[in-house]
Amino acid sequence: MVAAEVFLTFILVLSIFLGFELINKVPATLHTPLMSGANAISGITLVGAISLAGTGNQDLSNWLGAGAVALATINVVGGYLVTDRMLAMFKKKEG
Amino acid sequence: MDTLIQFAYVASGALFIFGLKQLGSPATARRGNMISSLGMLVAVVAALLDQGIIDYQWILIGIVVGGVIGGAAARMVQMTAMPEMVALFNGFGGMASLLVGWAALNPDAATFTLVTIILSILIGGVTFTGSMIAYGKLSEKIGSGAVLFNGQQVVNSLIVLGILGGAVMFCLEPANHMWLYLVIALSLVFGVMAVIPIGGADMPVVISLLNSYSGLAACAAGFAVNNNILIVAGALVGASGIILTQIMCKAMNRSLSNVLFSGFGSGKTETTAVEGEIKPITVEDAYYVLEAASSVAIIPGYGMAVAQAQHVVKELSVLLERNGAEVSFGIHPVAGRMPGHMNVLLAEADVPYDQLLEMDEINPRMETVDVAIVIGANDVVNPAARENEGSPIYGMPVINVDQARTVFVLKRSMASGFAGIENPLFYKDNTRMLFGDAKESIGGLVREFS
Repeated sequence: MVAAEVFLTFILVLSIFLGFELINKVPATLHTPLMSGANAISGITLVGAISLAGTGNQDLSNWLGAGAVALATINVVGGYLVTDRMLAMFKKKEG
Repeated sequence: MDTLIQFAYVASGALFIFGLKQLGSPATARRGNMISSLGMLVAVVAALLDQGIIDYQWILIGIVVGGVIGGAAARMVQMTAMPEMVALFNGFGGMASLLVGWAALNPDAATFTLVTIILSILIGGVTFTGSMIAYGKLSEKIGSGAVLFNGQQVVNSLIVLGILGGAVMFCLEPANHMWLYLVIALSLVFGVMAVIPIGGADMPVVISLLNSYSGLAACAAGFAVNNNILIVAGALVGASGIILTQIMCKAMNRSLSNVLFSGFGSGKTETTAVEGEIKPITVEDAYYVLEAASSVAIIPGYGMAVAQAQHVVKELSVLLERNGAEVSFGIHPVAGRMPGHMNVLLAEADVPYDQLLEMDEINPRMETVDVAIVIGANDVVNPAARENEGSPIYGMPVINVDQARTVFVLKRSMASGFAGIENPLFYKDNTRMLFGDAKESIGGLVREFS
């Protein structure tokens, strides 16, 4: 059994390389939507925050978690919506 | 159940990757964003099914509050204000990671977990205040110039030492909260200190970098709460931000450390004597030249965003095409205040994306262009970058508008650009200056045509 730290680090390293490969191919014209879309993805912290905000304990950890849920949700909802709004405007020349 | 949740995370990670891949082409980008948001939905639902959750009340309140704010902001923001919007969102992401790291702290955590907790607090804190300062500069709520003072490097070094010391002590004595608070406070201060010396024109680099940090913070938080999907998604964002940062630095021919530490355009620029004289032109005369032109290139910059001129620019380009001219747009990678800023504005104005050419595409054909219209751009068309070795921007790749037969420069006044560098383009024989608000000048040209 591999230790959890090694396993997580393994995932990290592979993901970084994958990220480089994926993003390198994005053309300059899409850099702004790419950035706001990536920003929405970084709201993934929400997933971590949810379990911390739902412990049912009325302690500091719970309040911090709830705050993180709100902030990360702004990131997720706002990020995806604004990216979609931008991408809807990109049109190819007709005819 | 737990295995099921973990598999849902795997699916969600795959959706993120596939979504980002589709973001690579304008034709599929919108679908890519949808796929990526589906991945997020899967991950959130899976997280909500976690058996460790006893009380949903605060989760729901958080999601509703965040969803309303995020949704409203996304709907109302103007396209010209995208850079500050992204900066703000970056900051929230950073703060969320800081809070998650903090909340994940428990007295019997292993050292490895403690290290990742302090990392997520540190990166999250720097991202938060750094983004807030970037937001302030971009929205011009605070001065957008570089703030430099004597001993800045010393102060920054002390802060870094303080953070390192605090972090080490925190890992040794996690029960003593003083170290935790020290690191939180210093990280927040460091975010401010890191962004204030960076001037307005370098903002594309800073925004990309903060974007990367927000991903890395999520990554660190993923280690802290032992969650794969945070690590995968955070690493993807981190990598994307780093690539954009690299592209921006390359487009300015500067190293990252030069951007971060030198306080560009802060008065140390040497003035070189520029020969020639400024030749202004009226809207009417400009119209006669444009009417005879068969090939026109439009080079927009941040000034077009400030003047909200993208819609009249589109109108003008349609009229020119109707008049038989071939119209293209030349976009410099660092035009505007964030990567791709100009592309979004022109897309908003319905300019088809295949009409927008990158610098490397438009430069070879510049000599065949009859009229190059420079709208609110300055440094990115400065021939000094090519010709004058003493210029602070020497070596930066620029759009060679001076090689066109005629150049119109739309400019408010003769004040120099954000970087404060003299631009010899304005004095060239083939350059005509069209002074005034860009929107009004172009509106005038549109009226002449119709």
